[in-house]
Formats: sequence, structure tokens, C-alpha cells
Amino acid sequence: MSHTPINSPSRKITSILQLSGVTKSFDGFKAINNLSIDIKPGELRAIIGPNGAGKSTMMDIITGKTKPDTGEVTFKDVVDLTKHDEADIANMGIGRKFQKPTVIETLTIWQNLELALAGHRSILQTLFWRLNNDQAKRIDDVIALIGLAEKRDDLAANLSHGQKQWLEIGMLFIQEPEVLLVDEPAGGMTDTETMVTARLLKEISQRHSVIVVEHDMDFVRELDCKVTVLHEGSVLAEGSLDTVSSNPRVVEVYLGR
Amino acid sequence: MMKNTVIYKLLQNDKAGRIVLSALFALMVLVPLSNMLLPPDSFLHVPTYTVTLLGKYLCYALLALALDLVWGYCGILSLGHGAFFGLGGYAMGMYLMRQIGDRGQYGNADLPDFMVFLNWQELPWYWSGFESFTFALVMVMLVPGILAFLFGWLAFRSRVTGVYFSIITQALTYALMQAFFLNDFGFGGNNGLTDFKDILGFDIQANGTRIVLFMLSAFMVIVAYLLCRFIIQSKLGRVLMSIRDAESRSRFLGYRVEHYKLFVFVLSAVLAGIAGALFVPQVGIINPSEFNPVNSIEIVIWVALGGRGTLYGAIIGAVVVNYVKSFYTGAMPEMWLFMLGGIFVVATVYANAGVIIGVILSAVVSSIYAGISTLIGSEINPFVMLFFALGTLYICAKYFDFFWQKSLPFLTTLPLIGNVLKEKVVTSHSEVKS
Repeated sequence: MSHTPINSPSRKITSILQLSGVTKSFDGFKAINNLSIDIKPGELRAIIGPNGAGKSTMMDIITGKTKPDTGEVTFKDVVDLTKHDEADIANMGIGRKFQKPTVIETLTIWQNLELALAGHRSILQTLFWRLNNDQAKRIDDVIALIGLAEKRDDLAANLSHGQKQWLEIGMLFIQEPEVLLVDEPAGGMTDTETMVTARLLKEISQRHSVIVVEHDMDFVRELDCKVTVLHEGSVLAEGSLDTVSSNPRVVEVYLGR
Repeated sequence: MMKNTVIYKLLQNDKAGRIVLSALFALMVLVPLSNMLLPPDSFLHVPTYTVTLLGKYLCYALLALALDLVWGYCGILSLGHGAFFGLGGYAMGMYLMRQIGDRGQYGNADLPDFMVFLNWQELPWYWSGFESFTFALVMVMLVPGILAFLFGWLAFRSRVTGVYFSIITQALTYALMQAFFLNDFGFGGNNGLTDFKDILGFDIQANGTRIVLFMLSAFMVIVAYLLCRFIIQSKLGRVLMSIRDAESRSRFLGYRVEHYKLFVFVLSAVLAGIAGALFVPQVGIINPSEFNPVNSIEIVIWVALGGRGTLYGAIIGAVVVNYVKSFYTGAMPEMWLFMLGGIFVVATVYANAGVIIGVILSAVVSSIYAGISTLIGSEINPFVMLFFALGTLYICAKYFDFFWQKSLPFLTTLPLIGNVLKEKVVTSHSEVKS
């Protein structure tokens, strides 16, 4: 993973992630249709849309799981993401949280975060890996951030649904990505948990670009950021939550139901 | 001082592993002592036949350990591990064939008997080098390793996982079996390689050679256990578990899943090859039936019964199932399949460690029944024996909480005790009959 050319400080990055004219169809069904989205460095962006709007497919395309039929996906203005696989893209600095909380249930909270900690991805490095004090402190910090300090040595399998979501967000965070893709973080959460999650994401977005896909309008309002509405695989409206909520087409396809 | 040693660290949180390894170590020391120092009529004397039988079980234990590493920790269910075992065995068998020299049936110093029989004039190129023990040892590891590398590279790169991977591993071992059956393939066809005379100049039938082979097998199981433990205790081990439990999560964390899978698959194949190489001089033959797909499925059963993803469970499972298999195929051959069916049913219903204890105790109870019937001079009824065996199995599985904690230390030594008991019973039984 060579960061140097992408990270050279002399160059001013205008957009951290850019999709332009992306199309992807499955058996003739266009899941993504001429989609263009531009995310600025340090931006927090919410993406909403009814079921089947193409939100998850969009995430799959950005993270390299799915290759688009046409269109460009560029990271930091120069890197063409469609030419890389999941591990490459993850190591370049794009982290992803799944819709269903996916943590390693047979490992402890601590071990999950240790696994996600940036660096050390080759076989030999992991075989002879020793944790140093800075790294241990970093893991402790993140455990405190996600509010699971007293459960650090519990197996992840024993966490509640909401706690698993937080652990996964913590794992994303400790990976030190430049962009975080977060898929429905508030799904299946209580109201209090939802608010805690929103605060957690806002805190993270102070240092990283974050893209949140969400259904829950209260949650999106809590995030207080620019909103993109997807419909049938392309952008229907973009702007503040109030602007898009008052857009008659958005009301028709989504909010009005 | 003890606390700083590597071995101490590896076994720190592994009580069952410490017990199993101690038992193995004790076997490695005590069995040879008993065989060589005690008079043959002593109750504690372990006959050479039993030493070799135990050595054979330990080779299976090593094979099971290799499978548990890939299946238990990385979720790769290989149903073709018998192939790597067989290849390691053939590499060793080729060395042993070359050692026969002119002592074969045809007295040809340059060609093994089967080649003379097939009217071959010279040694095929792939047999060259096998007169050297070192070369053969390298091949024992290299051939299974390279096959696993090529096979794994293609499969993991194309993201073949789960049951699809299992099916193609079955095809792999089946294809090898068919190939090795061919006379023209150059490995002795149907009969395989046999009639070995000596290894490194020592007579392969001699007591001392057999004891050394047994000790080597036990030693290799211990070394392989520690190696596997080192791997699963490291961060690499945790990456493997994350691949097993959430493959795509591991990818999105930036781990190259296919590299990790390939590493552990190749390592496992090499261990299986070593197991095969230790197996062949002890049983004295290697033939294509080792590649039979059914054998590979049996390995999975050993690991599953012993406890997948525990390492020590693989050792216990392999030793126990094989011991019980040889016990019942000897004591009640007509009932063995019913017994096997019973084991499967009880294992599926209870799925606990009690099953494995029950399997051993059933053999002990059967021995006792056989002993008592012989003493009072009545016939051994196979139905009654099966009843006792299945009854014991059922009770152990059902009330395993009560049995488990207390009986673990004896588990690995029980096959030995049982075998001694059985031999006494069989000898006294045949004396009564004659």
C-alpha cells in the first residue's frame, strides 16, 4: 500500500470521493443509473432513499466489491477505485460499516479493535506482531469513545445489537480511514442509542469524511448535514434536510408515503 | 524462569492442551520403556504390535491436527486432506522402495519389483533422487505443499468457498486415487508400494525401529501442536478466525483473505504430508486406497467428534475413533456398523464432549462384558455387547457434565489400557475355545 503519491501535501484535494456517471445493472435491472456524487474532504454526508434506491450497491461499488458497468469512481481526485479490490481500497483509507452489524463474535472487543488497528496487514507481520504502548493506548481510547470500556474483555458475541454497531464504528475509526462509509448505523436501535450514535458519528466526522446511508429521518436531522436523496439509482435531490424535504418530487417518492 | 519459556506462554490458557500434551509425552517415554524393560508376560508390558498401532493412531492425530487448523480456525472445510497424507506417504514409500535394492523378488538392484514386472527398462525420471533420505524428506513436505499451493491459489483467488470448496477437494483426492490406480502412472498401481526392508539401514520390522518410529510420531504431534498453537495465539490466528466468522469484514479491514487462506492451507497440507510419511514405515504399505474420498471424510469426523477449533480435540478425536474402530472391528465385526451408526446418532443429538468419553468407555464396558462371559464360560453375544456399548455411549453423552471435568486426564491413556485389556481377553478367550 503506497500512500505517498496520493498523500503528497503539495497538492490540494478538491474532492475526497467522486462518482461520475456510474451505472450498474444486474440482469437488466439498473441498480445504479448514471449516478454522480461529490464528497469534499472532511464532509459529513447523509444519503437517504427508499428501499431499492441503490444505496447499498453504491457502497459496494466504492469499496470494490462490485465493479460498475460504466462511469468513474475517483478517490482524492486521482485514484481510480474501479481498478482495485476490497483489501487495496481499505488500505488506501476507505472504511466500511455494513448494514447488519458485522464484528468478529468469537473475539473480544479489545481483539476486534486490535484487528482493525491501522497497519500490519501481511502474514509475517501478523504472525510476529507485538502490541506497543501507543497502540494499546489508542485501542483504549477508542473503547472509551464507543462507550464499551467495562466490556473490553467480553466476547463480541455477548454485545447487544446497538453495542455491536458501536464496536463496528469503532473498528472503522481505528482503521484510520480518510472516508468512512456507514450503512444504516441506527437500524434496530432504541431512540437513545440512535442519538448516541449520531453524536459518535459527528465526533468522528471532525477528522474524517463520513458518508452515512440511513432511513431514519430523526437520525438524519440529528446529523445536521448535507443530504442526498437517491431514487432508482440516481440523485433525486441534494441539499439541507429542510430543502430536500420540501422538494415535491422527494415528497412524492419517499417522504409522502 | 519457567514463565519465560515459549512453550509456557503457548500453553498458558490451554489447560486441556497441557493435559493432552503431557499424556502424549508420558506415552512417548513410558510405552518404549514398558516394551523394552518389562517381561512379555507382565500385565503392564506393551507388545510391539500395540506400539505400532499407537504410532499409527498418532499419525492420524497429526493429520487431524492439520485439518483442525484449516477447518476449525479458518473455516476451510477440506474434504481432501487424505490426498496430502497419501502424497507424503508415497514420497516416503518411494524412498523405502529404493532401499530394497536387489533384495526384491526379481533381485533387480536398479528397479523396484513392480517395474520389472511391467517390463520397464529404466527408472522413470520422477523416481530419481529418492534413494536419498534427505531428498525424500524434502519431497514429503514439498509435494503436498506445492499441490496445496496451486490448488488453493486457484480456488481462493476465484473466491470458491464453503461447500463448493469442499466438493472440489473431494474431486481432487478422487482424481489422485484414479491416477495412482493406473499401472502406467509408475507408483505400483493397485498394489501400491510395499515389502519394505529397511529405513536408514535399520530393519523396518525390528523392535527398536518400531519404537523409534512411534516416538517420532508422538514427538511430531507435540511439535505440530505447539506450532499450531503459536499460530492461533498470534494476531495471524485472530485474522484467520475473523476470516472464518466474517470473511467480507476481514476484506474491508484490509486483510488479503486469499493470502491468509493459502498460507494456512499449504501449512496444513505439509503437516498432513509429514503424517503420511510417518504412517507408511509403520504400517508397511501405501496404496491408492489412501486417496479414497471416504478416508478424507473420516478425518473430518475425528475432528468434529473431538471438538472443532480446539486442536487438542483433534488429537483426542483421531485417537479415540480409530482405537474404537479397531476394537470393534475385532471384537464384534458384525456389529461395528451399528455401533458407528449409534455414534453418529448420539453425536448429533447431544453434540458434546460426553460422546467421545462414551465412545471410549463403551469399548471398556464391552471388554469387561467379554471378559466376564469368558470367565463364566458362556458365549459372547454380539447383540448384548452392542447393547452395553450403546447404553454406555448414551449415558455418557446424556450426563456428560458430570463426567467431563473428571475424566479428561485419563482420556488419552484409556485406549492403551483398553488395548491391553482386550488383548488379555482375546488371548484368554481363544485359549478357552481351543
